Amino acid sequence: MTTNSHGSVSSYAVGFMLSLIFTFAPYFMVTQHIGQGWVLGSALAIFAVSQVLVQLVFFLHLGREKRPRWHSLAFGFMTVVVVIVVFGSLWIMNNLNYHTMSGPTVDQYIQDEEAIKPYAR
Amino acid sequence: MTTQAEQKIHQAETNKTIFGFWVYIMTDCVLFATLFATYAVLHNNTFGGPGARELFSMPFVLAETLILLTSSFTIGLAVLAARQKRLALVYSWLAVTFILGAAFLGLELHEFSNLVSEGHSWRASAFLSAFFTLVGTHGLHITSGLIWMTVLIAQIFRKGFTGSTLKRLALFSLFWHFLDIVWVFIFTVVYLLGASA
Repeated sequence: MTTNSHGSVSSYAVGFMLSLIFTFAPYFMVTQHIGQGWVLGSALAIFAVSQVLVQLVFFLHLGREKRPRWHSLAFGFMTVVVVIVVFGSLWIMNNLNYHTMSGPTVDQYIQDEEAIKPYAR
Repeated sequence: MTTQAEQKIHQAETNKTIFGFWVYIMTDCVLFATLFATYAVLHNNTFGGPGARELFSMPFVLAETLILLTSSFTIGLAVLAARQKRLALVYSWLAVTFILGAAFLGLELHEFSNLVSEGHSWRASAFLSAFFTLVGTHGLHITSGLIWMTVLIAQIFRKGFTGSTLKRLALFSLFWHFLDIVWVFIFTVVYLLGASA
């Protein structure tokens, strides 16, 4: 952490330049409509994760502390909790939406998502 | 007791304080995670109103993002200047960081007031409730950061560089970098994914 390893003006400048790149790249992908669907989604996710890694390494100096690495351990545990909370919520709510569909929503869903055509009358 | 031993004890105390603050930041991350989860679940529930794609102006958000990124860089420079005991430089970088933070907050409040005056307040839909809660909580953190920065500048002005003012500056820089990281996720999840949906 900050007490053990400080970084220098040049390492902060490198971090800053990288973070600018990881801001402009996804911004132009979205505004210039480069890619779509899951390709765009995963590109945005990769840029966001790279951005966060740059900030953690160059600005917060994570992982450069002396052993035992309590900061990194706390950070790792936080990440686990965050992933469970966010993806768990999305999973549960998707499941709930699926099982509580009613009337016209069900008809629409089976036509769109499961490609089942209704009977022609 | 020798001064060297005293210094060692002092350093150990500082490390403990920084670790304690780090744990606070980690719990704050969990708070933001719950708000992100809420937003992710509710972002399509617009109650027939416009969604993220129609409501948000991307150049405006890019400006906010660049301002906050730059302020994260300048607080780092303030910490480096403090380690070299260059007082004038510390004041300058803290002032720059404060101005950038205040500019960010001004832009955010401008965005909020525009949305509300056009009838897209937090009462309009679940999507907007989740949006205002998530982005507003980040804005509140920025506001407390600005207050903290004012106090910090006053303390350095009164006491100079003592062990405790240096420690507080280090803690503040952690807090400010953390707010920048949270904004990266807001930028991606709310604005970029919203505009591309």
